[in-house]
Amino acid sequence: MSQVTARLRGRYDRNLWFAIFVGPFVLGLLVFVYIPIVWSVVLSFFDAHNTVTPTKFVGLGNYLDMLRDAAFRSSLITFVVFAAFIVPTTFVLSLGLALLVNRARFAKTFFRSVFFLPTASSYVVAALIWKLSIFNGVRFGLANTVLGWFAIEPVAWLSVTQPPWYWLVIVSARMWLQAGFYMILFLAGLQRISPSLYEAAAIDGATGWRVLRYITLPQLRATSTAVLLLLLINAFQAFDEFYNLLSSAGGYPPYARPPLVYLYYAALGQGQDFGHGSAGAVILTLLIAIVALAQGRIVGLGRRDD
Amino acid sequence: MGSGFSRRRLLGVGGGLAAMAVAGCGSNTGRDTGSGGSSSGSKPALAQWYHQYGEAGTQQAVQRYAKEYPDATVTVQWSPGDYDKKTAAALLTDNGPDVFEYGNGPSIDMIKGGQVVDLSDLLDDTTKADFTPSLMARMTYQDKLYAIPQVTDMQLLVYRKSLLEQAGVQPPQTVDELLAAAKKLTTDKVKGLFVGNDGGVGILGGPALWSAGLDYLTEDNQFGFDDPAAVESLRKLRELFTSKTLLLGAPTDWSDPSAFTQGLTAMQFTGLWTFPAIQKALPDDFGVLPWPKLNASTGKPSVPVGAYGSTVSAKSKNVDAAKKFVKWLWVDQADKQLDFAQSYGFHIPARKSLAEKADKLKSGPAADAVKFVNENGHAQTPILWSPKSGTAYSDALNRIIKSGSDPATEIKAVKAVVEAELKRITG
Repeated sequence: MSQVTARLRGRYDRNLWFAIFVGPFVLGLLVFVYIPIVWSVVLSFFDAHNTVTPTKFVGLGNYLDMLRDAAFRSSLITFVVFAAFIVPTTFVLSLGLALLVNRARFAKTFFRSVFFLPTASSYVVAALIWKLSIFNGVRFGLANTVLGWFAIEPVAWLSVTQPPWYWLVIVSARMWLQAGFYMILFLAGLQRISPSLYEAAAIDGATGWRVLRYITLPQLRATSTAVLLLLLINAFQAFDEFYNLLSSAGGYPPYARPPLVYLYYAALGQGQDFGHGSAGAVILTLLIAIVALAQGRIVGLGRRDD
Repeated sequence: MGSGFSRRRLLGVGGGLAAMAVAGCGSNTGRDTGSGGSSSGSKPALAQWYHQYGEAGTQQAVQRYAKEYPDATVTVQWSPGDYDKKTAAALLTDNGPDVFEYGNGPSIDMIKGGQVVDLSDLLDDTTKADFTPSLMARMTYQDKLYAIPQVTDMQLLVYRKSLLEQAGVQPPQTVDELLAAAKKLTTDKVKGLFVGNDGGVGILGGPALWSAGLDYLTEDNQFGFDDPAAVESLRKLRELFTSKTLLLGAPTDWSDPSAFTQGLTAMQFTGLWTFPAIQKALPDDFGVLPWPKLNASTGKPSVPVGAYGSTVSAKSKNVDAAKKFVKWLWVDQADKQLDFAQSYGFHIPARKSLAEKADKLKSGPAADAVKFVNENGHAQTPILWSPKSGTAYSDALNRIIKSGSDPATEIKAVKAVVEAELKRITG
C-alpha cells in the first residue's frame, strides 16, 4: 500500500508538488470557467425564466427563437459591420502612428508615451467624457463649439439616427483608446528589423513606399498577425463603450446594438431569460470560432514557419 | 530544511485562500447569522435589501426602522449599483434577501417562478382601499398581492412660468398646443421642451398611449394600442423630434433637473423628485402639468406613477417572520412611512390618508402633482408587460421617433411580440 502511495507521489514528491502548485488554479478554472460554460450550454436547451435549475426541456426551441428574432439577427449584423470597419482602420492608424513615432528625430519617448497613455484609461470613463463633454448635443459641447465657429447648427450626436452620427462617437472613442496600445506592439516590431536591411535597400536605390512595401511590412508579418487577432477579439467583445454611450434609463436603442449588449438585456436585465440568453451566447461563440478559424487559415496564424 | 518548511507553510496558506475564494464567494447576504449575537438569541434573523436612494439620510432612516422592530433581528443591506440585476441574481441562490424592494413590485416572471410569496393577507379591505389604486393593481396578479407599495413617485411636465409669459404662451392642454408652445419658446439659447436625450423613447411610451385614450393592454389583458389614435399620437412624437424645438444631447437626462434649472429648456418632462432642486433654483417660477391629451376630442391627460414595493422572497427561511415585518413597517407604522416619504427625498406617501397629512404636499405645484396622481395616474407599465414586450416597444419607439418609421407597421410588429409573450405568461 505504502508502495502505491510512494508511486503516486512520484520521485522527490514531484506529483504531489505538481498537484499543490497546479491544483488551486485548475480548481478555479473549473469552477469559474468550465462549469459555467457547460451550464450555459445546458440552460440553452431549457425554458429557464428566473431560474438556473430549470425543469422544462425545450430542445432546440431557444435556438430557433433566437435565429428568428430579428433584433438578435440585426445585432449580429451590426457587430460584423463594426468589426469589418474597426479592425482595418485601427490597424492602419496604429501602424501609421508607429512609423511616424519611429522616425521622430526628437522627443520620441514623449510621443510614444502620449499616444500610449489612453490605453491606461478606463473604457467607461472615456465613454462618459465622449458622451458628456465632447459629443454632447448642446451648443457648448466641444464638437458643437467647433461647428459653431463655422456657423453650423449644433448636432445632437448620440440622439439622431439620420445621419448616424453615433458611429462617429463610438469609433473615435475606440480608436483613441486602442490605437496607442497597438502602436507600441508595432514599434517593438519595427525596432527588431535589422538596419542592415534598410542599408542594403538604400544601396539598391529603394526609397519611400518601396521600402515600406518590400521590407518593413514583410518584416512586420508576425506582429501584424498578432495585432489583427487581438483587434478582432476586441471587436467581438464590444460592450463597454457601446453600453455607456448609448444606454439610458429607457433601455438601449435598436441601432448599434452588439450581440453582447442585446444578450445582456435579455438574460441579465429584468428579463432573466437564461434559456434564450444562453442559446444566443452559444450561437455567438460558434460564430466567433468560425471567424477565428477562417482568419487563422488566411493569415496563417500558428504556422510552423512563422 | 528551514526554508522548505516555510515554503510549505506558505503554500498551505495560499491553497487555503484559493479554496476559500472558490467555496466562499458571495456568501455575505447581509443577514446576521445570529451565531455572534447573544441578545438576539431566539429572534429570527432577516435580511432586508434596498437600492441606493440618492437622498442623504435615507439609509440611516431605514436602518433605524429595522432596529426598532421588536420581533426579529433585521439587517439592512444597502445596494449601490445595478440593484435590479443584483437582486434578481441573488433570488436564484439560497443567499438572497428575505425582504426586498423591487420597482413596481416583483416582475411577472418572479411571480410565475414562485420566487416571491403572496402578501394578500397582510391588508384588510379598508387598508387596501387606502393605497393608490393604480399601484395596487400593478402589484397584484390573479387577485393575489405580491408587494406593498412603499412610496409613490411620478413623472410630470414642469414649465418656467416667466418664459411662458414672455413668449405669450398658455400652459398647453393638448399635444398640438404643446408642440406650438415648444416652437414659440425656442430661441437660439433655450429649447422649448426636454423629454430626455432619446427624444422621449424612454419616458413617453406610456403617456403617448394614455393621452390617446388607450393603454398598453386592454382590461382583459389583450394588446391595447392597435388603433389609429396610437398611430396619430406616436406620429406627434416624431413631429416633436424633428421640429428642432426639442433639447437633445444635454449633459444630464430627463431625470435630473439641471437642464431645466440651468435654462437649457423652458419645459421638461421629469420626476417629482426634482422639486426641491427646482424650487431652490427657480423659487415659485415653475408650474406643473400632466402630459396633455392628444387633441380636444380624443384622450385624457396622464402621468406615469411608480413605486418600489416591499416583497418577501419565497426562499426565505422565515417567510412568516418576514411577512410580519413587512406588515409592521409598511402597513402599521404610519409615522415611519410618512417620515420615509417626506424627510429625505420628495415623494408622495403610498397611502391617501398619509398623503393628506404630508405638509409639503399641501400647496403649490406639489399639491397639483398629488391631484394628478389621483386623477390621471397610470402605473408605468402593466404587470403582464414583460421585459421582452418592453424592449419590442422601445425599439419601435426608437425607429418611429428617430428614424421616421411608419407607426402603424411598427405597432403591428410590437403586437406580434406582445401577443407571444402574453401567451407564454398566461397560457
